[in-house]
Amino acid sequence: MLGEAIIKGMAVTAKNFLGSYVSEERLPTIEYPEQRQPLKEAVRNFPFLVYDGDDWHKGMRCVACQICEKECPPKCIYIVKSKDKKPDYMGKAQFYPATFDIDVSVCMSCQICVEVCPFEAIKMDNEFELSTSDRFGGLLLDKQKLAKSNGYYRHIHPTEAGEVDARLAAEKVKAEAKAKADAEAKAKAAAAAAAAPKPVSTPATPAAPPAAPNG
Amino acid sequence: MAEFFDQIFVNLKHWLLGFVPAQPDWLQPLATVVISVAAILGVFASLFAIATVIERKGLGRIQNRPGPNRVGIPFTDISLFGFGQPIADGIKALIKEDLVPRAADKVVHFLAPLAMFVPLALTLLVLPMGRNMTAMDIDAGLLFFFAVGAGAELAVFMAGWSSRNKYSLFGAMRAIAQMISYEIPFILSTVSVIMIAGTLSPVKIVEAQQTYNGWLPDWFVFTPWGLAAFLLFITAATAESNRSPFDLPEGESEIIAGYFIEYSGFKFAIFFMAEYFGMFAAGGMAATLFLGGYAAPVEWLNWIPSWAWFFAKTMGFIFFLIWIRGTVPRLRQDQLMNFAWKFMLPMALMTILAAASWHFIPDAFTRWLVSSTLVVAPYLLLGRGLLAGRQIGKRAYRYAD
Repeated sequence: MLGEAIIKGMAVTAKNFLGSYVSEERLPTIEYPEQRQPLKEAVRNFPFLVYDGDDWHKGMRCVACQICEKECPPKCIYIVKSKDKKPDYMGKAQFYPATFDIDVSVCMSCQICVEVCPFEAIKMDNEFELSTSDRFGGLLLDKQKLAKSNGYYRHIHPTEAGEVDARLAAEKVKAEAKAKADAEAKAKAAAAAAAAPKPVSTPATPAAPPAAPNG
Repeated sequence: MAEFFDQIFVNLKHWLLGFVPAQPDWLQPLATVVISVAAILGVFASLFAIATVIERKGLGRIQNRPGPNRVGIPFTDISLFGFGQPIADGIKALIKEDLVPRAADKVVHFLAPLAMFVPLALTLLVLPMGRNMTAMDIDAGLLFFFAVGAGAELAVFMAGWSSRNKYSLFGAMRAIAQMISYEIPFILSTVSVIMIAGTLSPVKIVEAQQTYNGWLPDWFVFTPWGLAAFLLFITAATAESNRSPFDLPEGESEIIAGYFIEYSGFKFAIFFMAEYFGMFAAGGMAATLFLGGYAAPVEWLNWIPSWAWFFAKTMGFIFFLIWIRGTVPRLRQDQLMNFAWKFMLPMALMTILAAASWHFIPDAFTRWLVSSTLVVAPYLLLGRGLLAGRQIGKRAYRYAD
């Protein structure tokens, strides 16, 4: 019959209308600023710089290698390399970024900077409430605004941060072992040199080829 | 006590008129007009503000979301359940830039919102909003209502044409086609009421429906011809006020905003308000013609003031429009025209026949039977005839799956 479907449709909408006052399940809206949905672990939007320890400047992992700056597709990263060096997490002297700016109004959240960083220094944040009344300065994040602690990283992405920490620890152990081995080898060589003061040639025992590291 | 509240606004007006000096003699009539018009504009503008919130909240609830629920009193935490929204909307509309296209016909572009608002506001004058509460009680009130209300069509075309935008012109063309087509069933569906009541005066039509007959009031909607005419009237009124499912002149998904695409700021707000005024006028007229106007539905509820009943019925119509808007998708242009000319027009003519048979058959049972048959039979036949040969059901896609 003509008009039957309209009656049926109106019954459906009436049911939805009245049901939304009765049943909580019918109203899936989350009243955002007061109520929040927990973020998923994989949520990411803009990059930040990781630092170890308590001092953001001292502990910053970034060594200003500028790979991310070169890889960034929309070119939103701007880095100035420092003139001096500071020790990194392994105590090795490294350059550090004198300036590190990310323009988040340009950033497209592609995560390529994170993928290419060899030092695990830049990671993706899950902070999304970045609205500001200053559209130029407010959206250009400098080094200090970008720096966030490794603890924060562990807090927002626990799984990923765990992997990164394990890898860095392994590298540190490896480096320490290598340094130890190098030191031992050096000591042994020195001892051997001391034990054999005579310039008697010993062709049967070939000395460790010093040219090997270059090869 | 009930009498006091029923006549409170009438007495208020008389009290205010007491302050107006009697000399010169044109001052009193002028004061009457000013007071009535100010009251009508104030009341309906606030109703418009409330209706926009109710519409947004109602549509939201239909779609299982809460709708606006934030705006309250500024600088406090009082949220008023979102009923502060119209104030924010009004301020926004006022401070928005008023853009006029460079190629637009500036004068016509400026006049169109006013030309839309004035006729639709004028139609409110003839509605009896309560006992003794008609701003302009003229004998041909119904004629005035339709004649003046038709002026809005000109304004729609003025807006569409003067904007010099192809979308707005499309919208205006659609609006003209639609509004003129639906004007005919809109007016014809009231003819049956005029025939039975024997008058064109809305006040007298309401007075003809003031009696009670057992458990039902003597409203025209409770007769077979009246029910059919009422349904035709509200359908045509929906189309006249360009509301969904007849919102082709606006058609957001096709022509963006239709005829008021080039309007911004307060000019747009005036269009918006005029549309709601048109809806109030149509709802008020539907209540006047078919739902007993300011009469209470049962006799023992007569202690509630008559004006409260009128506004309740008008807002009920608004709510019905919101409900329809949340339910029915937009028609296609050919469906719209077919519906107007092949269904609404014959049905409107049949209601006239049914009303005539109701008037001339004295026996209650026979006239119910004849009148109902004259309405239901064409409805079923037309429904069957129009749907014959159409494939209705799930749409099959030949290529996309």
